[in-house]
Amino acid sequence: MKMKKLFQFSVLSSMLILSACSGGGEQAAGEKEGKGGSGGAVKVDIGVVSYISGPGAAYGEAITGGLKLAQKEINAKGEVDINLVIEDSAGKQDQALTAAQKLINSENVTAIIGPTLSTEMNVVGPEADLSGVPIMGTSTTADGIPQIGDYVFRNSIPEALAIPASMKKAVEKYDAKKVAILYGNDDVFTKSGFDTMKKAAEDMGLEVLTIETFQKGQSDYNAQLTKIKGLNPDMILCSALYNEGAVIMDQARKMGIDVPFVGGNGFNSPEVIKIAGDAADGLIVATPWYGEKDDPKVKEFVSNFEKEYGKKPDQFAAQAYDALYIMAEALKNAGEADRDALRDALAEVKDFNGILGNFSFDEEGDVVMDPTVLVIEDGAFKIFE
Amino acid sequence: MLIEQLINGITLGSIYAIVALGFTLVFGVLGIINMAHGEIFMFGAFIGVLVTTSLQLPLWLGFLAAILITAVMGYMLERFALRPLRHKQGVSHLAPLISTIGVSILLENLSHHLFGAGNHPFRASFAEINFQIGSITIYLVQIVIFVISVILMMALSFWLGKTKAGKALRATAENLETASLLGVDTKRIITMTVIIASAMGGIAGILVGMAFNSVTPQMGLSMGLKGLAIIILGGMGNVKGAMAGGLILGLAETFIVVYGDSGYRDAIAFLAIIVILLIRPQGLFGQKIST
Repeated sequence: MKMKKLFQFSVLSSMLILSACSGGGEQAAGEKEGKGGSGGAVKVDIGVVSYISGPGAAYGEAITGGLKLAQKEINAKGEVDINLVIEDSAGKQDQALTAAQKLINSENVTAIIGPTLSTEMNVVGPEADLSGVPIMGTSTTADGIPQIGDYVFRNSIPEALAIPASMKKAVEKYDAKKVAILYGNDDVFTKSGFDTMKKAAEDMGLEVLTIETFQKGQSDYNAQLTKIKGLNPDMILCSALYNEGAVIMDQARKMGIDVPFVGGNGFNSPEVIKIAGDAADGLIVATPWYGEKDDPKVKEFVSNFEKEYGKKPDQFAAQAYDALYIMAEALKNAGEADRDALRDALAEVKDFNGILGNFSFDEEGDVVMDPTVLVIEDGAFKIFE
Repeated sequence: MLIEQLINGITLGSIYAIVALGFTLVFGVLGIINMAHGEIFMFGAFIGVLVTTSLQLPLWLGFLAAILITAVMGYMLERFALRPLRHKQGVSHLAPLISTIGVSILLENLSHHLFGAGNHPFRASFAEINFQIGSITIYLVQIVIFVISVILMMALSFWLGKTKAGKALRATAENLETASLLGVDTKRIITMTVIIASAMGGIAGILVGMAFNSVTPQMGLSMGLKGLAIIILGGMGNVKGAMAGGLILGLAETFIVVYGDSGYRDAIAFLAIIVILLIRPQGLFGQKIST
C-alpha cells in the first residue's frame, strides 16, 4: 500500500517537473520574439570563448577587457543591449569545444566571439557553422579560418596579408638579400606565419640561409641564434608569439646580432618593449592596430582603456573592441536577436569605420583592410617608412 | 662559432646540472622523485626578478631572498606533503610522488596569480657584463653559472663523503630504521635534505633568469622533466652523475642545433639518453645492483 502511494507521488511530481520545464521553454521563446518586435533596444546574449587561464592568459585578459569596454559603451548608447556570456578555453581545443557547445546549446546566445587561438577555431568553427551560430574570431589569423563555413567570420587581419606587407617594405628599405627564418614549430599560428614568410621570401627572390625552430616556453635560444649569427643574414624573419619573440630578440642583441627582425602578428605587442627593452629596437611588424594613430576615435579608446584597466591596450584588446562594435552594427541592421538574420547582416558589413581602420568583410567573411607597418625605434612603435 | 656554441652548451648543461643535483639529493635519501622541484626552481627565479627588478635591490639580496624563500618552501613541502605520508600503514609508495605533483600544480597556479601570465625580464646590471674575444661574446653570468655548478657539486660531494652530517644522511639513505636506532635524528636529516635541495633549486632559478632573461610560470615544468631525465642518465642519487648528465644533455641539445635540425632538438637528446640507458641501465655513474 505504502509503496503504491510512493509510486503515485513520484509519477505526479515528475509530471509536474516536466510541465514546468516545457512552460519555461515557451516563455523563453515568447520573450525572444518580443525582442525583435518591440521598437526599443535589441536585447542579445553574445557568447565569448577566450583563453583566460594558462600560459596565454594574457591574451584572454586583453580580449575580455576590450569586449567589456565596448559592451559598456554600446549599452550606454541604448540601440543594442548586449550581455556577454564569457567562457574559458584555457587555450585547449577540447575545452574550447566544450565551452562553445555550451553556448551553442543555450538558445539565448545569438552569436559567439572567439576563441582566441587559430588551433581552437579549427575545431570550434565547424561546430558553430553546423549549428548555424555566427562566430567571429578576433585574434585568429591563420590561413583558412573564414573558409570553414558561411557562419565563420574574423576581424583579425590574416598573416597572409600582414607578413608580406611588412617584409616588402623592410626588404626595400634595407636592401636585404639573405634572410634567416626562426619559428615556433609547435603552434598552428606561428607555423602558418612561417609558411607565409617562406612563400613570401621565395616570391621576392630572397635567399633563405637557414630555417631554425623552437618550442613554446623555451627559454634558451642561444644555440639557434649563434648558428644564425655565423651565417650573417641581412634580416631575420621570426614567426613567434611575443613572449618567446621578445626573449629571442634580447638574446640575439646580447650576442651581437644587430640586423632587423620581421615578425608576425603575434609578435606585435607593447610587451615586447617591456620585456626586451632596448633589444626590441629594429623589430618590424605589420599591424591592424596602431595606438598612436592621429584619430580621435583611437585616442578616445586608448584613454578609456587606460582609465578602466590601468594599462595601454594591445592589438588583442583593440580587435576585440572593434569586433563587438561590428556585432552591434550588424544586430542593429538585423533588428532582431536571430542567428540567421545576424549572419546575413554581418556578411553585409562594409566600410565600417572602427579603431582598426576602414573595415569590410569579403564574400568569405575574411578581412579587407590595409595593414600599417610599424618599427620599434628608441623603445616605441613608430610608422615604418 | 664552435667555441660560442660550446659555451652555450656548457651554460645550459650547468643549469641542468644544478637542477638535477636538487633532484638527486632528495631521491638519494628519500627515494622520492620530487616533482615539485621544477616549480620551486621557478619560484626562485621569480623571487630574483621581484627583488632585483621590481624592488631595485642589489643582486646579492636577490640571491639571499631566493635561497631563503625556496628553503622555506622546501620545509613546507616536507612538513605538509611528505612527512604525513611517511611510515603510515597502507600508504602506497607512489603516494609521495603524487603529492609532489599536487604541490607542483599548486605552485604553478599560485605563481600565475601572484606574478601574472607573461614573461618577466630580469634587469640586473650584473647580467650585462661581458667580454669580447674576437667575434665571441662571453657573459660573466655564463662563467658564474658554470663555476657555481662545479662548486655546488664539489661541496655536496665533500659534505656527503667527509662530514658527520653527510654520513648521517647516507646512513639514513641506506636504512632509515637502522640509522634511527643508531642515534641519527632521521627526521631532522630528511627535513634538512629537502631544504638544501630546494635552496639549490632557487639558486638555479635565479641563474636561469639572468642567463636567458626569461622567467615564466611554465619554466619549471620542462626544467623539472629534464632534471628527472638527467638523474636517470647519470645514475639515481649520484652527485657526479647529475653533473655529468646535465652537461651531456646541455651539449647534446646545443650541438644538435649546430649540425642538425633544431626541430629534433629534444627528440634526439632524449633518444641519446635511451641509448645510453640500454647500454648502462644503472646510469653512467650508478652502481650495479647485484641480484
